[in-house]
Amino acid sequence: MSFATLRLLPRTLWRFIRALSRDDAYSAYLAHHAATHPDTPPLSAREFYLREQERKWSGVSRCC
Amino acid sequence: MRKLLWACVALIGASALGGIALNRGETINAMWIVVAAVCVYALGYRFYSAWIAARVLTVDDARATPAIRLNNGRDFVPTHRWIVFGHHFAAIAGPGPLIGPTLAAQFGFLPGTLWILVGAVLGGCVQDMTILFLSTRRDGRSLGQMARDELGPIGGYAAIVGTLVIMLILIAVLGLVVVNAMKHSPWATATVFATIPIAVLIGLYLRNIRPGRVLEASLIGLALLLLAVVGGGALNEHETLRTWFDLDGKPLAWFVIAYGFIAAVLPVWLLLAPRDYLSTFLKLGTVLLLAIAVVIMSPEIKMPAVTQFIDGTGPIFGGAIFPFVFITIACGAISGFHALVASGTTPKLIGTESDVRLIGYGSMVLESSVAIMAMIAATLLDPGVFFAINSSPGIVGASAEAAVSTISSWGFPVTVEQMDRLAQDMGESTLFARTGGAPSLAVGMASIFSSAFGSGMLAVWYHFAIMFEAVFILTTLDAGTRVGRFMLQDALGHVWKPLGRTSWYPSVLIASALVVAGWGYFLYIGVVDPNGGINILWPLFGIANQLLAGIALCVATGIIIKQGKLRYAWVTAAPLAWIALITTVATWEKVMSADPRVGFLAAAEQLATKLATGALPPEQAAVAPQLIFNQRLDAALALLLTAILWVVIADTARVSWRVARGLPVLPSSEAPAVPVHAQ
Repeated sequence: MSFATLRLLPRTLWRFIRALSRDDAYSAYLAHHAATHPDTPPLSAREFYLREQERKWSGVSRCC
Repeated sequence: MRKLLWACVALIGASALGGIALNRGETINAMWIVVAAVCVYALGYRFYSAWIAARVLTVDDARATPAIRLNNGRDFVPTHRWIVFGHHFAAIAGPGPLIGPTLAAQFGFLPGTLWILVGAVLGGCVQDMTILFLSTRRDGRSLGQMARDELGPIGGYAAIVGTLVIMLILIAVLGLVVVNAMKHSPWATATVFATIPIAVLIGLYLRNIRPGRVLEASLIGLALLLLAVVGGGALNEHETLRTWFDLDGKPLAWFVIAYGFIAAVLPVWLLLAPRDYLSTFLKLGTVLLLAIAVVIMSPEIKMPAVTQFIDGTGPIFGGAIFPFVFITIACGAISGFHALVASGTTPKLIGTESDVRLIGYGSMVLESSVAIMAMIAATLLDPGVFFAINSSPGIVGASAEAAVSTISSWGFPVTVEQMDRLAQDMGESTLFARTGGAPSLAVGMASIFSSAFGSGMLAVWYHFAIMFEAVFILTTLDAGTRVGRFMLQDALGHVWKPLGRTSWYPSVLIASALVVAGWGYFLYIGVVDPNGGINILWPLFGIANQLLAGIALCVATGIIIKQGKLRYAWVTAAPLAWIALITTVATWEKVMSADPRVGFLAAAEQLATKLATGALPPEQAAVAPQLIFNQRLDAALALLLTAILWVVIADTARVSWRVARGLPVLPSSEAPAVPVHAQ
């Protein structure tokens, strides 16, 4: 492991934790939206969060 | 060099297993089990999963996954495999792998441990990975859809009915576990109640204050939960406040039922979603902490390898080791429910086909290791204490003196003073007859944590463990009720269109009430049953869960055969045959056995005779008609589940026979191959 990767480790770890907890869902959505539909306004953070929860809990997403 | 390393792993694993098998001492160190488990998992993952991926499934990294082809930035998103692994593990891991091994510990530590290892490596992991892969190849379609597309409508309907039944039984039994953990425990009750306003608070934060900032909200919630555990302890010291939370089983059952209904009709952001964030954090944190603590402490296992209860006379549940150890431990060895998750959200996140190994097989390995830890936590207790906590008064006698003398007469010495001291250490008024597995697991976890991270906090650790279990049991309860509601609304929509609209409030209320009534009934009967209810409900849950696994393995076997890979069909057909055997034998015994502790009908008959001859005390006579009806209903339910399984097996056999004879079958529903670079 080189010094450069070691120096980046905290940031990589932080990104990983954010992705794991879906903390980064909205920024990921904004990036995707900007790339694919730049002409339409994106959803607000709240609107996006509510729609995501509705989608997530409409199927089997938790188990025994 | 590599080969040498794996030969070493195999050698160490074999010697650890041999050491366990040949141990003749009074106790054995848990590290033997840990080492054996790690080696078995490593070998299974490195060789068997790689072979299945390459030969049976023929994963192809040049082929674009649905996450790449259909990327929409929301549910279809190619995601790093370790992140999908985390999501998938959080989705499949529930209270099941903690409870099943605890109950099965009545047979001794060895039968359950071996089944967890072998069942996972050859059955559960294979099922999860295969279904995940097949669903990924089919744009993330659900198990029910795949059954319909590949086998025909019969398989599809069976999957839907099976899912609904398992959901009701699962929620009832988990509800019963929570009720038993809270019964006459002001500390536990207050802490579990406090989790509800905490979840609502976090829900409001995530919607109104900082939308979608899951990490910070969860950390705040976690701090509040820990505060609730400590606060519950303070409340427990208060003379009058503690009486408010000192509740009987029945009011607690009504509370859980009302909670389930309210949670199912409220918007998800308010209660369900924030509770799930908290439970996921707790779950991952506690599992990690437990693993570290087990290694640091390396406790001695005090339970014998095999107890006399393998003959079927066990106090926790009736029934011999075959087939009941395989029914009791479903999650942790093979769990059909996972097939629903593996054909839901997860396949839409997979970026490369070969990731199914880590995500499908790997997550199940981790889940299975949670079951191993639960087994260790249950068996490090003095066996006498373990049986005193987990046996219902109907079996060992109602008074503490009667219970200790019965349990000691089995060769597991325990005294009233010992139990009283333990209860006092744990901050409980009594630990006798705290059935359901949660309290004994909490005692085990508390002893592991306190001896690994400093003692003197036993009571706090105990209630932390109870809160931890309750939080994700309640999450499963909310989420399950909601899924059941959607399925019911879908079915009712065929009867009358407006009932199928998931956002129409009258339909939401009716469907939710029906689902809650369905599991609420079983929960309530379980609470009034003097034999504890777990004895009845857990085997039914096991049968239902294995039924779902059977359907999933049928779908997988059918597809493998349709692809012309008959010579590899045993990979899923062998676990299927085993599942079919154990569920059928278990159902047969649960229905036909003349032993009232095993057979539903025999129990109904015995109770009816007692009622007719007036041999029952008045309070038991009052509920006897309900219990008799319930036993007969359970018999019918077990028969229905097994009949469904055999119908699906027959349907799979029909499809396979047609393939073998070269007759036409339904076309493959696989999405056409698109190379990655074409994207």
